[in-house]
Amino acid sequence: MANVISDETIEYVGILAKLELSDAEKEDAKKDMASMLDYIDKLGELDTSGVEPMSHVFPVNNVMREDVVTNGDGSKATLANAPESNDSGFIVPKTVES
Amino acid sequence: MAKEYETVIGLEVHVELATKTKIFCGCSTEFGGAPNSHTCPVCTGMPGSLPVLNKKVVEYAAAVGLATNCTITQDCKFDRKNYFYPDNPQNYQISQLYLPICRDGHVDVKLEDGTQKAIRIHEIHMEEDAGKLIHDEWEGVSFVDFNRSGVPLIEIVSEPDMRSAEEVIAYLTKLRNTIQYLGASDCKLQEGSMRADVNLSVREKGSEEFGTRTETKNLNSFAAIERAIKAETARQIDIIEAGGKVVQETRRWNDDKEYSYAMRSKEDAQDYRYFPDPDLVPVHISDEWLEELKSKQPEFKDEKMKRYKEEFDLPDYDINMITDSKKLADIFEETTAICNKPKKVSNWLIAETMRILKEKEMDPEDITFSPENLARIINLADEGTINSNAAKQVFEAIFTEDIDVDKYVEEKGLKQVNDEGALKATVEKVISENPQSVADYKAGKEKAIGFLVGQTMKAMQGKANPGMVNSLLKELLNK
Repeated sequence: MANVISDETIEYVGILAKLELSDAEKEDAKKDMASMLDYIDKLGELDTSGVEPMSHVFPVNNVMREDVVTNGDGSKATLANAPESNDSGFIVPKTVES
Repeated sequence: MAKEYETVIGLEVHVELATKTKIFCGCSTEFGGAPNSHTCPVCTGMPGSLPVLNKKVVEYAAAVGLATNCTITQDCKFDRKNYFYPDNPQNYQISQLYLPICRDGHVDVKLEDGTQKAIRIHEIHMEEDAGKLIHDEWEGVSFVDFNRSGVPLIEIVSEPDMRSAEEVIAYLTKLRNTIQYLGASDCKLQEGSMRADVNLSVREKGSEEFGTRTETKNLNSFAAIERAIKAETARQIDIIEAGGKVVQETRRWNDDKEYSYAMRSKEDAQDYRYFPDPDLVPVHISDEWLEELKSKQPEFKDEKMKRYKEEFDLPDYDINMITDSKKLADIFEETTAICNKPKKVSNWLIAETMRILKEKEMDPEDITFSPENLARIINLADEGTINSNAAKQVFEAIFTEDIDVDKYVEEKGLKQVNDEGALKATVEKVISENPQSVADYKAGKEKAIGFLVGQTMKAMQGKANPGMVNSLLKELLNK
């Protein structure tokens, strides 16, 4: 493998993704990520100058809706998935604005 | 010698668009619903849900761009901005980083010394709002309401072109007026439909380099913005003068205590890992669509002011007041078209209308009276059918209810008494009942006649023609 993922990188990616990995899992993830990056590096072998970056596989655009209300009161369905809730909404551990 | 400093300010302005539905789903944007009543799988980030763009959002965003001299990005895309926070159910915000819908614009603002300055706009992008968190003071929990999640916003990013609080307020006033004319938002700072974050740095006067900037948030009024700018400028100068360095950070303004504090920086650095949203296809604004949007641009304040001056020859003060609100300008134009008395219409709008609005804590946008009714009152007063007191009474009535003006005048018996015989009888009675005032007047106290006019009006329940009462009194007293 040409790419090597450092301990710092795997730690940082873990923080960003809010994942807590065991040491063994970290080692596996490092290997997986390195091989993914190797695969992506292959693309670098192609000359892509003058090619627009692609954001979507299908050549479609302008999928839009008119500004018309179509949904009714969705609170019951929305809160059905909440681990904890009351009339004021989802209940989460107190977040202090940071 | 004390160093001279210059303040450099750029603004990020968020504006909530006036659409009926959210940006990516058919949930209502109406304010004040029960918590989470305006939610669905899309705006709560349920796996497998698919966002579909609201066409009106594109139209409003492009309209604001056109009005602020931007170049419209005819092929634009949405990107995901990734971060975790309980108000953000998807764990990413759909925004635009790489291809924002508008770029490279400017607005011209007029400053108090009469000079004009162009404030450049770097870009305008479309994005979705987050949910609302309510913190419980006692229980150590927060409540999440996603009604606001997915409400469409545009973020207008200026270049660092402003040098004082005055320029910032002038820029914001111009933006707000322009967006209100487009009907794209009501732009109420207090209610959060317009939010401004201030990026500010100071540098020695004459320096070409920018100093380190801070971003100040939580500014809910023009007055708060002005105070925050002054305080932050002074804070940064103090640090530099003491030999310290300004730290790049986000600060939260507390307007009650008039100071700002650094917000706790998130433990991980701001790494949003933007990437194109694969759920949304690109937006293509064709030449035809763009032309159509251009043709729908209204006549804005500056153009209206110029036209009113030429067409109606009104005082600058009147013109400025009327054109501050598109609603007032519309009423002015429609009423004038009916009665053809521009100055009288203007007087009613800037005096009585403003007084009542202030009294009722309403905005011009909340006005419901019809131009027809205002024109009718003006004509009735002009013809002498009702006097000015009665006209004000009728105006208060049309302000609260859509009534038939003529019927109201009839039913309330507001018609002015122009009958000289009836007036003369009352005036004679008032003179005989008030010998002291008569004596005062004859002794040279001109003011005494005012009291006698008042007594006559009172005796006739305010319906007498005041001009006639005045001349009748003089005539009889000078006999």
